Amino acid sequence: MSGAFVGMPAFPTAARAALGDTQLRRNLAHATRTIRDKRAKVVAEVEDWEELRLAGAGVKEAALRDLATHLETLEASLVGAGATVHWARDAAEACAIVAEVTKAHGADEVVKVKSMATAEIGLNEALEAEGIAAWETDLAELIVQLGDDLPSHILVPAIHRNRAEIREVFRRRMGDVGRPAPDDLTDEPAVLAGAAREHLREKFLRAKVAISGANFAVADTGTLVVVESEGNGRMCLTLPEVLISVVGIEKVVATWADLDPLLRLLPRSSTGERMNPYTSTWSGVTPGDGPQEVHVVLLDNGRTRALADDVGRQALRCIRCSACLNVCPVYERVGGHAYGSVYPGPIGAILNPLLHGVSDEQTASLPYASSLCGACFEVCPVRIDIPSVLVDQRAAVVDSHRGDRVPKPEALAMRAAAWTFSDSRRLAWAERASGLAGRVISRLSRTTLPGGRAAAGRLPGPAAGWTGARDLPVPPEESFREWWARTDGGRK
Amino acid sequence: MSARDHILRRVRTALDGVSPAVEVPPAPRAPDRGDLVALFVERVEDYRAVVTRCAADEVEQVVRDVVGAARVVVPPSLGIAVDDAVGDEGFTATELDGFAAVVTRARVGIAETGTIVLDHTPDQGRRAITLVPDLHVCVVDASQVVADVPDAIALLDPARPLTWISGPSATSDIELDRVEGVHGPRTLHVVLVG
Ligand code: SF4
Repeated sequence: MSGAFVGMPAFPTAARAALGDTQLRRNLAHATRTIRDKRAKVVAEVEDWEELRLAGAGVKEAALRDLATHLETLEASLVGAGATVHWARDAAEACAIVAEVTKAHGADEVVKVKSMATAEIGLNEALEAEGIAAWETDLAELIVQLGDDLPSHILVPAIHRNRAEIREVFRRRMGDVGRPAPDDLTDEPAVLAGAAREHLREKFLRAKVAISGANFAVADTGTLVVVESEGNGRMCLTLPEVLISVVGIEKVVATWADLDPLLRLLPRSSTGERMNPYTSTWSGVTPGDGPQEVHVVLLDNGRTRALADDVGRQALRCIRCSACLNVCPVYERVGGHAYGSVYPGPIGAILNPLLHGVSDEQTASLPYASSLCGACFEVCPVRIDIPSVLVDQRAAVVDSHRGDRVPKPEALAMRAAAWTFSDSRRLAWAERASGLAGRVISRLSRTTLPGGRAAAGRLPGPAAGWTGARDLPVPPEESFREWWARTDGGRK
Repeated sequence: MSARDHILRRVRTALDGVSPAVEVPPAPRAPDRGDLVALFVERVEDYRAVVTRCAADEVEQVVRDVVGAARVVVPPSLGIAVDDAVGDEGFTATELDGFAAVVTRARVGIAETGTIVLDHTPDQGRRAITLVPDLHVCVVDASQVVADVPDAIALLDPARPLTWISGPSATSDIELDRVEGVHGPRTLHVVLVG
């Protein structure tokens, strides 16, 4: 498991399917616009937002640049506070640790609070294979899980489902896995949320083992932080006897005071609130209060690969607020599924290749899923320059094909261009050929660009991918150099 | 090599030649907002929580009116007399589910964000008692209200479990319609004293 949805086609193919789904596009447009507007309003309230972003980026960057030291400090603080610390190189190791701890308590089920890290490692599927049922308790994750569906947004994973569909999923599936939905279930959001409350309460009250992630891990105090809205997080972090938290190594910040800019940046960027309803922090075990056995699994799974990338390292500052998804013109139209990963949108387009490399076609297609408009960088609370990383990852994709026996058409075209441009006679010859092509195409062309210039329609062969969605201006019949020679620079 | 040593070595190799010195600019402070307590009340109400302001000698009456006939659980040293309230004796989650309301104090209130923070000392009790009952009545003293998040962070002890509460539990997962009350208390009633 690499966090990619198994068998997903590359981005362009998946995007085409998503674009054909008008209901999905309507839901997405509504959702992204609503959250965008809310965010803009509460961000405008903070006079020194830019300074706050600089502070947030600084705190995370400083932690990353000295990560080994902070990880050792975190481990020592956690152990001192009564927690057990595990280290997992990859998804398989992390899943095995969680399964082992769960089985040691004789539990055949766990309750889970939404966590990107556990989705990334495919924990639910791994536990299921071990005979352990993992219950998602976040409302949206419950909808996704009961509907045998895939999440499509970091913050609101069921954004692609409307209320009627959710009612159907609840009526059909709740009874199979626990307390059934009431007979008079309507599609009112409050009624649906009420059904989820009843259904899950039974599970919270009996669960022995809970699983969480963490938004932040404070090295000097051994404190983990979970930010949430519904209270399902508090239920998981408080009621069961055993708590296992899977924490990516990039979640570390150095000190307790470092939480300040981050706790101010995250809710405003994420849900567009001054503060999210609930934030829980805990440092190991508190006698007589909450889980008396606390495990923390520190997860690498590609993070050290990203850390070694001088341009891409900044992606590890990400606090998963999802602001970049909501402003992205590409995400807004195709939604999360097309990215084929638990990390969709602009951050997914850089994080997936950074974590796992670009050797498979699906991941290699992601850095191209962007128009490089820069909106993501502008909203990112920790100032990740996503466009620059995208360009750098595109270069990585190209580099990975340098040794191909059959070069890609772009590579051939670029080689031909280099050969042509390096010699003035070859260039003059090419310009004459281009002018000839221009005369032929403009005679055949039926499209004109604004301004009256003729455009080529869809061209055949390798150029089809480019011209299928764009109008290519027809080459001018006379090149600049020819014009200069004919008119003596306009004097004749 | 253990996974631990392997990961730490990979981290060190990844950062070979990268300077750990990063200039971290100080986080800016919000400008002076004047009457902090008024701002706190306004912002708590913004989350659709209920706020009652009263004088110190009115607290018991206000709490009595708010909880009504509900079955109430209270932390070990609340310091407020609540009729028929049951002190927490380490009830199980299922037993706590039989209570309709809980009354506690708090550690700090944050004006800028309308947040109350519990540090679960004996006047607030363990985390479970403020989680399972459906009504949370939280008594906050005006002197506990600070301006902003950094002030709260400076006051709080990270060794204690902390719960930051900003309004009742809520979800916007269904078509982004905000619904109050999913798993935590569906009603948050803040009694502001002074
Ligand atoms: S990259 Fe920035 S904007 Fe996008 S989710 Fe991460 S922190 Fe938020």
